[in-house]
Amino acid sequence: MDNGATNPAGGTGESDRAFFEREIVGLLDNLYGAALRLARNRADAEDLVAEAVAKAWAHFGALHDRGCFRAWIFRILTNTFFSECRRTRTLSLEEMTEHDDDPAPEAFSLFEQLHQPFLLWWSNPEEEFLNKVLRADLERVLDALPEAFRIVVILSDLEGFNYQEIAGMLDVPVGTVRSRLSRGRALLQKMLWEQARDHGLTAPDTAARNTKSIGQA
Amino acid sequence: MNDIRLINCEEALQRLFDYLDHELDETRHAEMEQHLKICRGCYSRVEFEKRLKVKLSGAGAEKPATEFEQRIRKLIGNF
Repeated sequence: MDNGATNPAGGTGESDRAFFEREIVGLLDNLYGAALRLARNRADAEDLVAEAVAKAWAHFGALHDRGCFRAWIFRILTNTFFSECRRTRTLSLEEMTEHDDDPAPEAFSLFEQLHQPFLLWWSNPEEEFLNKVLRADLERVLDALPEAFRIVVILSDLEGFNYQEIAGMLDVPVGTVRSRLSRGRALLQKMLWEQARDHGLTAPDTAARNTKSIGQA
Repeated sequence: MNDIRLINCEEALQRLFDYLDHELDETRHAEMEQHLKICRGCYSRVEFEKRLKVKLSGAGAEKPATEFEQRIRKLIGNF
């Protein structure tokens, strides 16, 4: 009944492994979803998850509170991603922190853009926008965000971690998480707006009105 | 208990994402809720951001290929 499996913590192998497997399989769609947005392609996302799972098992003994498994495995996933980036694309610490000291940018609000006077003829612009925006549109702008912003947006908006948990995963203060998240969301909304405008997603003949508005400004 | 003060739109907008992310303390959360009951503009903005957030969260999970799930099970099986 026992194949002799032991774990690095020296526990009773079988039950620890059963717990580990149940947790991983239960979280697999989320781990893979986050990995796909981090790595931006399927093959790398699969390798990223597999490597994170192997590392997690190797350090399973260090997990003292099993209730924290989800945050713990995501921390390992993001750290594995960072290591891989440094190895292959030389993602530097500077790249991760280069925007942290920038002055607060002008907050960009998609909602306010949708309520510009030239769009007001249109009955409910935000409703129209939300109905028309596709998952592919969201994925495209997410993939285009700078690394430091992309990671916090993925962990917060896509995976639902709180600021404290994200700060723990990235080893940065909570204030840094809040600031990166705010900038990341503003940039994401700006890109969504530009994408919608360029593809005429905002309204059937917005392009013509838009040009006129810009021309008149 | 009743330390809730009325906040204006500027304050409400500053708290917008902390509110949506459930990062406000009880009093500040209640102040925000109070403001949203009386301000249609901020209410509409919050509803929009909420729905955009829901759309985004949809991109957080993705069903991997069955071969990949098998690969992970096999990996764990070998531990």
